[in-house]
Amino acid sequence: MSIEASEAGLQSAADTPDPLARRIIVATQSGLPLVADPWGALAHELGVPGETVLATVADMLARGVIRRIGAVPNHYAIGFTANGMSVWDIDDDAVDAVGRFLAGMKSVTHCYRRPRRLPQWPYNLFAMVHGRSRTEVDDEIAALAQVIETRFPAACRSRDVLYSSRILKKTGLRIAP
Amino acid sequence: MSPVEHQQAVVLDPTDRRLINALQGDFPLTRAPFADLANALGLDESEIIERLQRLLDTRVLTRFGPMFQIERVGGAFCLAAMEVPEERFDEVAGAVNALAEVAHNYRREHALNMWFVLATEHPDGIAAAAGAIEQATGLAVLLFPKECEYFVEMKLEA
Repeated sequence: MSIEASEAGLQSAADTPDPLARRIIVATQSGLPLVADPWGALAHELGVPGETVLATVADMLARGVIRRIGAVPNHYAIGFTANGMSVWDIDDDAVDAVGRFLAGMKSVTHCYRRPRRLPQWPYNLFAMVHGRSRTEVDDEIAALAQVIETRFPAACRSRDVLYSSRILKKTGLRIAP
Repeated sequence: MSPVEHQQAVVLDPTDRRLINALQGDFPLTRAPFADLANALGLDESEIIERLQRLLDTRVLTRFGPMFQIERVGGAFCLAAMEVPEERFDEVAGAVNALAEVAHNYRREHALNMWFVLATEHPDGIAAAAGAIEQATGLAVLLFPKECEYFVEMKLEA
């Protein structure tokens, strides 16, 4: 799909939300039923044919309304006990190139550009790094910093890493029925 | 157990790990997706469903289903942070978590010690939710909307 077509699709999606798509979001935002035919069970709950649900979900995947379908692990429970949010103050001219570089690294699971909040917060690039120990994550971030300095000299003015020490809530999206 | 999650690794057998890894890929859009998965993994359909139920019950998995990008249907996600005085931390966490718009919330080691994600069906819901939290807690909420996402494959090998 061309960029124009996908943006047009996004526009029309925002303008005229598909009522069935919205009902599918509401019905599955806390999870899919754990039965042999979960899409059929969902269709039954929504009072529409199973094939309609499958086609609508496929369309939502194609439009990016659904990012993926699957399991969300508690990263602590599966052994990733060190979860570092690395944050970087990168020169505005280089931030997109550095962001694309970081996103390509195996240890980085999310990477975003966000606004600075001066004077409290000078960082404009956020990259999540998960590991099995803080030493492992610290070493990985130091290695990333070194490569950034080599490839984008002087673009990085400062950096920090914020470790999570407690999950306070992890329910995901909840829109009203 | 309480909604506060595991803080350490739990013991998983090799089959659990294979299943968790397989479920981070594409879930089949068919009328028998667990049977399809079972064929691919060499397991029974019923065993997959039972294991998945157990992994959810024990909170090894926090969710199983579609993951939505609400921005694509006119909604918004936004990262937010607060500097919460230590003695008020639990009280403020309760007030923040009480909002349905708060999708995730993490304690982090920094002066900004509470980081959460707001998810709303309409973009103006973000400012409204942040305002409600400021009103309830008397503390400032800093918003960090994403300006650009650099694409990565989200996979944590179990």
